[in-house]
Amino acid sequence: MLEARHVSISFGGLKAVEDASLAVPAGSITSLIGPNGAGKSTLFGILSGFLKPDTGSVSFLGQDVTGLAPHRICRLGMTRTFQIVQPFAGQTVRENIAVGSHLHRAQRKAALAHAESIALRVGLSGQLDRPAQDLTIAGRKRLELARALATEPKLLLLDEVLAGLNPQEVSEMSPVIRSIRVSGVTVLMIEHVMQAVMNLSEHTWVLNNGHLIAEGKPADVTRDPRVIEAYLGRGAAERLRTSGNEAHA
Amino acid sequence: MKTLYAILVLCGAVALLPAFVSSGVVLNLVIMTLYATLLGQAWNILAGFGGQYSFGHAAFFGTGAYASAALQVHFGVNAWLCLPAAMACGAAVGALVGALSFRYGLRGSYFALVTLAFAEVFRILANSVKFTGGGVGLLVPLKSSALDFQFQGKAGFLYVILALTLAGFLLSWWLKRSRYGAWLTAVRDNEDSAAALGVDVFRVKLQAIVISAGLMAAGGAFYVQYFHYIDPHIAYGPAVSVDALLGPIVGGLGTVFGPLLGAAALQLLGELTRNLMGDAPGVSLMIYGAVLIAMVTFLPRGIGGVFWRLAPKAP
Amino acid sequence: MLELSILFPSLLNGLTTGAVYALIALGLTLIYGVLHIINFAHGALLMIALYGVFFLNAKLGLDPYAALPIMVPAMFALGYALQRFVIGPASHGKDENILLATLGLTLILENFALYAWRSDTRAIETPYTFSTVAIAGAMISTPKVVAFFGALAATAILLAFITRSDLGRAIRAVARERQGAKLVGIDVEHVFAMSFGIGLACLGAAACFLLPAYYVNPQVGNGFVLIAFTIVVLGGMGSFAGALLSGFIIGVVESVGGLWLGESLGQIGIFVIFIAILLFRPQGIFGART
Repeated sequence: MLEARHVSISFGGLKAVEDASLAVPAGSITSLIGPNGAGKSTLFGILSGFLKPDTGSVSFLGQDVTGLAPHRICRLGMTRTFQIVQPFAGQTVRENIAVGSHLHRAQRKAALAHAESIALRVGLSGQLDRPAQDLTIAGRKRLELARALATEPKLLLLDEVLAGLNPQEVSEMSPVIRSIRVSGVTVLMIEHVMQAVMNLSEHTWVLNNGHLIAEGKPADVTRDPRVIEAYLGRGAAERLRTSGNEAHA
Repeated sequence: MKTLYAILVLCGAVALLPAFVSSGVVLNLVIMTLYATLLGQAWNILAGFGGQYSFGHAAFFGTGAYASAALQVHFGVNAWLCLPAAMACGAAVGALVGALSFRYGLRGSYFALVTLAFAEVFRILANSVKFTGGGVGLLVPLKSSALDFQFQGKAGFLYVILALTLAGFLLSWWLKRSRYGAWLTAVRDNEDSAAALGVDVFRVKLQAIVISAGLMAAGGAFYVQYFHYIDPHIAYGPAVSVDALLGPIVGGLGTVFGPLLGAAALQLLGELTRNLMGDAPGVSLMIYGAVLIAMVTFLPRGIGGVFWRLAPKAP
Repeated sequence: MLELSILFPSLLNGLTTGAVYALIALGLTLIYGVLHIINFAHGALLMIALYGVFFLNAKLGLDPYAALPIMVPAMFALGYALQRFVIGPASHGKDENILLATLGLTLILENFALYAWRSDTRAIETPYTFSTVAIAGAMISTPKVVAFFGALAATAILLAFITRSDLGRAIRAVARERQGAKLVGIDVEHVFAMSFGIGLACLGAAACFLLPAYYVNPQVGNGFVLIAFTIVVLGGMGSFAGALLSGFIIGVVESVGGLWLGESLGQIGIFVIFIAILLFRPQGIFGART
C-alpha cells in the first residue's frame, strides 16, 4: 500500500534519514521503532508530504507521491497524526473532529454528525462540547486520533499516539487501534511503548541514527543484538548475553 | 439560527431608525458606527477567523476609494457602478498581497510588517501619480441624486452602509457554519494539523484575504461618497488600518458581532472623551491605544469573549 | 545625472544618514534578538526622544550633543519600565499580542505628542546648523558629519558592552537559549527589561545626533518604523553587523533613490527592498536560515 524506496534527507549537513526503504502491506498494523532522535518523525514527515526527501521516492497505492503537498496526500487517503498534539484551541472537541470529517462532507450538519460518531469510536462522546484545550493529555491523544480517523483514511500514520499515557490509558487505547484495522484501515505507528508494539503490530521496522537497521516480527526484532545495542549502547547485547539475562527492550 | 435572527432583527431596527429620528447628528453617529463596523468585519475575516493579522488593510481600503473616485472623476462612471468595481480592485490587490505573502510562508509579525509595507508603497505611489491626483487627492463632484449614489439627507447613506454591514454579518455568520469557515479557523489554530487533515492552507488563506480586501474596498468606496474627498494619507495611511483592527479586538475576534460591539464601544468611549475633555486633538486615540493594550493584557477575547465564557456554546 | 559631482555628495549624505539609521536599527535588532519581539513602537519612541532633545534645547538652551548624558539614561529608564510593566505583562507569550500591545503604545505616544505639542513641525537651530564640512570636494552639512561619527562611536560602545561586560554576556545567553539561561540562574525578566532599555538608549543617542540635521513632529515616527524594520530584516534579525551594514545600504539607497526619483518617490525603493527581502530571503544578509 505504501512504499518508501531509498529515501534520504539531510538538514544542514546532518543526515536525519539515510537510505530508508519500507513497504507497508494493506490491512496490517505495523510499527516503526527506535531510540529518541533516530529520525522516525522525520521519516513520517517524508511519507506524509511535510518534508521533501533529498533522494528516493514514496509511492502510495501505486502512485508516486514524493514531495506532494500534505493536504493532497491526505485526500489520496493517507492521514498522519502529530507527536506533539495540538488541538484547534478555541474550538470544541466536536468542531475539532469535524474538520477531519469535512474532507468528505461539504455540509456542516453532516460533518458535525460524523464527528459525533467518530468520537463514539474513540471514547470521547462525553467530551464533545468541551473546549479542546480543556482535555487531559489522554483526551488530547484520543482527539488527535479522532481527527485523523474522521478523514476516513485508507492508511493512518500514528506518531506516538500512546506517549505520555499511563498503563491503564494504554490498555484502553489498544482496542481502539485494533478496531481501526478491523474497519479496514491500515495502520503504521511510531511507538515507544513496547507493550503496544508487541501486542498490536505484526511487523516492525527499527530506525537508528537515520538508518533502518532491522525489520521483522516484533518479538524477533527486539532480540536482535543490533537493536539492543541501538537502545542500550554498544556492547550491551554481548554484556546481556554473557551475564545470562533476558533482554528487555 | 439564533444568530441569524439576531442579525436580521438588528438590521431591521436600524432600517426603521430614519422613520423615528431626523436628527442629522444621531444618524451620522449611527452611520459612522456602522462604517467602523464594516471595516472591522473586513479585518475580522482575515484576522479573527483566519488568524492572519494585517497591519496594512489600508492598502485595500485606499484602492477601493481611489478606484471609485478616479472612475468618477476621470471617466464619469456612475457612482453605483463604481462600488463593485472598487470591490473588484480591492480584491485584486488582496490577491496580489496574499499570493506573495502566503506563497512565501509569511506569518505572524512578518506578515503584519509586509502588509504595512504594501500600504506604504501604495501611499507613496498615490502621492506621486497624476491619476490619483498626487498629494492633492481627488474631489468627487457633488451631485444630488440618489441615482448618483449621493443623497440629500443622511437616510440614504444609512441604508447603503446598513446593506454593506448586513452583507458583512451574513458573511461572518456563514463562516461560522460552513465548511470553508471550519477550514479557515483550522488554519488559524494550527496550520500543520489542518494540512494533515486535508485542508489546502494556501488556497484557504488566499480566499480569505480576497474576501476581506473586497469588503474593505467597499468601505473605501462608501467613504468617498460620504465625504467626497480622498487623498493618499486618508486612503493608505496607518489611521484606517488601525481603525479596522480596533473594533474586532475590543469586541471579540472571530465572532459575528465582535466588530459591531467594538465599534459601538469605541464610538461611545470617543463621545465620552469628547464630552469630558473637549475637542483636544489626539485624546480619543490615546485612549484607544490604552484600551488596546488593556484588551490584549486582560481580555484577549474582547468584550464578546466575556459572554463566551458565561454562555454555553451553541453548535 | 550620474555625474560623480552629484552622485558623490549624495552617497556621502546617504552614509551619514545610514549611520544614524544603523544606530536606530541596532536597538531594534537587540530587542528582537533577546526578547523575540518586534517593537512596533520603535518609531514613536524615537519621536519622543526627539521631542526630549528639542525641549532640552528650547527650554534649557542645552546643545543636543550635550544632551547625550541626559537622553541616553532617560530613554534607558523609560525602556526598562515599559518592558517590565507594560509590554511584558501584555505579551502572554503570543506574537500577535506583542504586535498589538506595541501598536497600542504607538497610538498612545503619537497622540499624546499631538495633544501636548500640537502637530507643528519643530526644528532647532545651533551655531553649526548651517555650516558645512568639505570632504573630497563635496560639501556635507556639519551636523550630518557629527552624526556619522557619533553614531559609529555609539555603536562601537554598544558592541563592546555586549561582548565584554557581564550583563552583555547574560543578554547574549538569554538571546540564544532562554530556558537554559533561566536554569543557570539568570534573571530573565531583568535581562529582558535591560535589553529593552538599552534598545531605547540607542534611540536616545540617535535622537541627539539626528535632531540638528532633521526635525520633529508627532508623525515622524511612522517614517522611521518601516525604515528601521527594513534595515533589521535586511541585515538579519538579531545581527548587529547586519544592522550596521544594512543601515549604510539603506541610507545610500534612500539618498540615491531620492536623487533619481525625487524626494517622495525615492523612498519607495526602501519598501520594495523590504518586501523582496521578506519574501525571498527573510533571514537577511547575516541571519541564519530557520
